[in-house]
Amino acid sequence: MKDYKKGGAMELTGAQSLIKSLEQVGVEVLFGLPGGAILPVYDPLIESSMRHILVRHEQGAGHAAEGYARVTGKPGVAIVTSGPGATNIVTPLADAFMDSTPLVVISGQVATSAIGTDAFQEVDFTGITQGITKHNWLVTDPDEIPRIIKEAFHVATTGRPGPVVVDFPKDVANAKTQWAWPDKVDLPGYNPPGEPDPEAIRKALELIYAAERPVLYVGGGVINANATKDLAELIELTDFPLVTTLMARGAFPDDDPHHLGMPGMHGSYAAVTAIQKSDLLISLGARFDDRVTGKVSAFAPQAKVIHVDIDPAEIGKVRRPDVPVIADCALAIKAMVKEIRKASKGNKTIFDRDTEEKQTAWKAQLAEWKTLFPFAYDGKGESNYGGPIKPQQVVEELSAAADKDTILVTGVGQHQMWASQMWSFANPRTWVSSGGLGTMGFAVPAAMGAKVGQPTKTVWAIDGDGCFQMTAQELITCSQEQIPVKIAILNNAYLGMVRQWQQMFYEERYSEVYLSADLPDYVKWAESMGCVGFKVTDPSEVGPVIEKANSIYDKPVVVDFRTDSTEKVFPMVPAGASNDDILVHPSLRERLSRE
Amino acid sequence: MTPADIKEKPIREEEGSQLVRPRPTHHLLSIRVENKFGVLSRVAGLFSRRGFNIVSLAVAPTEDDRFSRISIVVDAESAPLEQVMSQLNKLINVVEIKQLHPDDAVEVELLLVTLEADDKITADLQKLIKSHKANILEQNDRFITISCAESPGKLDQLENLLQDYPIVALQRTGQIALPKLDFLSK
Repeated sequence: MKDYKKGGAMELTGAQSLIKSLEQVGVEVLFGLPGGAILPVYDPLIESSMRHILVRHEQGAGHAAEGYARVTGKPGVAIVTSGPGATNIVTPLADAFMDSTPLVVISGQVATSAIGTDAFQEVDFTGITQGITKHNWLVTDPDEIPRIIKEAFHVATTGRPGPVVVDFPKDVANAKTQWAWPDKVDLPGYNPPGEPDPEAIRKALELIYAAERPVLYVGGGVINANATKDLAELIELTDFPLVTTLMARGAFPDDDPHHLGMPGMHGSYAAVTAIQKSDLLISLGARFDDRVTGKVSAFAPQAKVIHVDIDPAEIGKVRRPDVPVIADCALAIKAMVKEIRKASKGNKTIFDRDTEEKQTAWKAQLAEWKTLFPFAYDGKGESNYGGPIKPQQVVEELSAAADKDTILVTGVGQHQMWASQMWSFANPRTWVSSGGLGTMGFAVPAAMGAKVGQPTKTVWAIDGDGCFQMTAQELITCSQEQIPVKIAILNNAYLGMVRQWQQMFYEERYSEVYLSADLPDYVKWAESMGCVGFKVTDPSEVGPVIEKANSIYDKPVVVDFRTDSTEKVFPMVPAGASNDDILVHPSLRERLSRE
Repeated sequence: MTPADIKEKPIREEEGSQLVRPRPTHHLLSIRVENKFGVLSRVAGLFSRRGFNIVSLAVAPTEDDRFSRISIVVDAESAPLEQVMSQLNKLINVVEIKQLHPDDAVEVELLLVTLEADDKITADLQKLIKSHKANILEQNDRFITISCAESPGKLDQLENLLQDYPIVALQRTGQIALPKLDFLSK
């Protein structure tokens, strides 16, 4: 035990110290589920000002905390017991690690004397989570609880955000200790970058001024850095076109003509091709993920690259940049904007005439691609098209009926891609999806967390039938805790994305992808969980039922849209292929041959 | 890139090599880490997870007991050194990483070897021991155990010469290194 020389120290249990520390860092909501090893912590929780939401499965707690974090920008917090409670939250930790989401997981652990003995509900959780957390801590001294909690939140939320674990043995929770909040965090090995190197900014601007075919490649880092206003300023000054990755949807309004849409495997033709043909790629908080680059050696072959990232390890991991800028995205963009303003001295343009002419031709080309190759599907806009509902129609009608603050959450698969392609985003932190890990079952619990974080905003989840079945139980939590989310199931009776690959690349040999449209009965299931349930089979009913769902404020709503099983996501760059080999919707292929 | 496992690779691929420094395919990193529970596991786990290969690794506390130093020889062909270093730097417990170029560092490795040794070969062996500044740690009428702390290259030479003797067991530690004095003040 250490001496407490500072004033304000008080005696309490380790569990009380933990709760007090969580309150001290400003935690408002915990998502969790109690069990043996974490029991001592749940006792003082009764008196705490923090809201605890009792989930039905620990995976739900993790994804809910992620959803909360993504819409608020604050760290999400989940609390679970040892052993299976802990292993159940491994998937959300990996998900948050891939998508740079600030997540703090408090896990119970067996007593320190029992660690290593294969005790009941013991797992080596710091060992298990080593590769999927930014850092983790095993608390062995109750006096260290305030310091560790302060460090954990600091690490989760600063630099490139990410998940952390605090593993909390039962005897530490029960021990007597004193509580004193440390003045500052002392982590000698942790110094996240801040301001950019002025020399790097100068070199970046040299490339920017000379660019004839520039594209801004905007990633999730721009949202994490709260840099969307700065981004808008940069675009206004340069008049450069941009793409937003799956993690960056909402970073810039989709209806702005500068915006070419999402790049990547299922990105828009204009976004994918603009990058391919560009001579300058300005990457802002993006990481050259394989779903964006396709075949790396054929990715943007003529482009010089400016790579802005707060994580030095992203620089050169996939593509060697011409100008690396290791900095917080907001500060880097601000520095660029400042220098451009200085250089332009109030002039209308910052480019010489020749460069500007070439940029004008480039933008005309991009505009043409946008017009020629929209997101197409058969029967689009035809009221008498008949046949099963096209899933894209549901997304379009949901988007059209939504206000600009509506938060959209998805699972993973075809529905996710259609949602990202066709939803018209206007604001950051209105899109919550599982990007890097591709976690099926993400939507329902993440939507719950998003609604808890932004209770005044409408939260819609677009989910697949396969995804929904994985984590639907959290709708019980939503009903009990009065968290009125809305879920649109694009029910095509299949694991749709797998089916699409089997159709395209496995000679239509459909192996283990059929789920059934009627089993379970989604309306009854929704009702049994305290939700309002609807089923829609006719394309003409899509709009009216969405309107009905939007008029329900006091309960969760589930809508079972019976959609066309054969529908595929286009455009598509086949896995491992060059982005030059993008496949557009069959109805647009003729236009491609003329290009 | 070979996946996962930390492999012990032979430092020299060619027998009888006269090199006294690691080849350019290897890099020597001196990593100062916080002296905390599980740090070695974090460093080793990172190498395994990212597909970087370790040639050798040595770890011990430093003069300041808050920190340990890990001396690690990295197979440069498994990943660009820059990527290895920036990933290592992301570990919270890693305080400082120095890449030590062989020209700028003093490097030492320890070798222990037990040989069958009757009276006849002891004379030759004595000569060998003397010329390599090795020490006799234990000896009886059948076996002898000697130690030698030298640069990895010199240990290679010694190991080659020892091939003429009946080796019972041989163990090397992996090298440790510090910057040369000229670089200390920089």
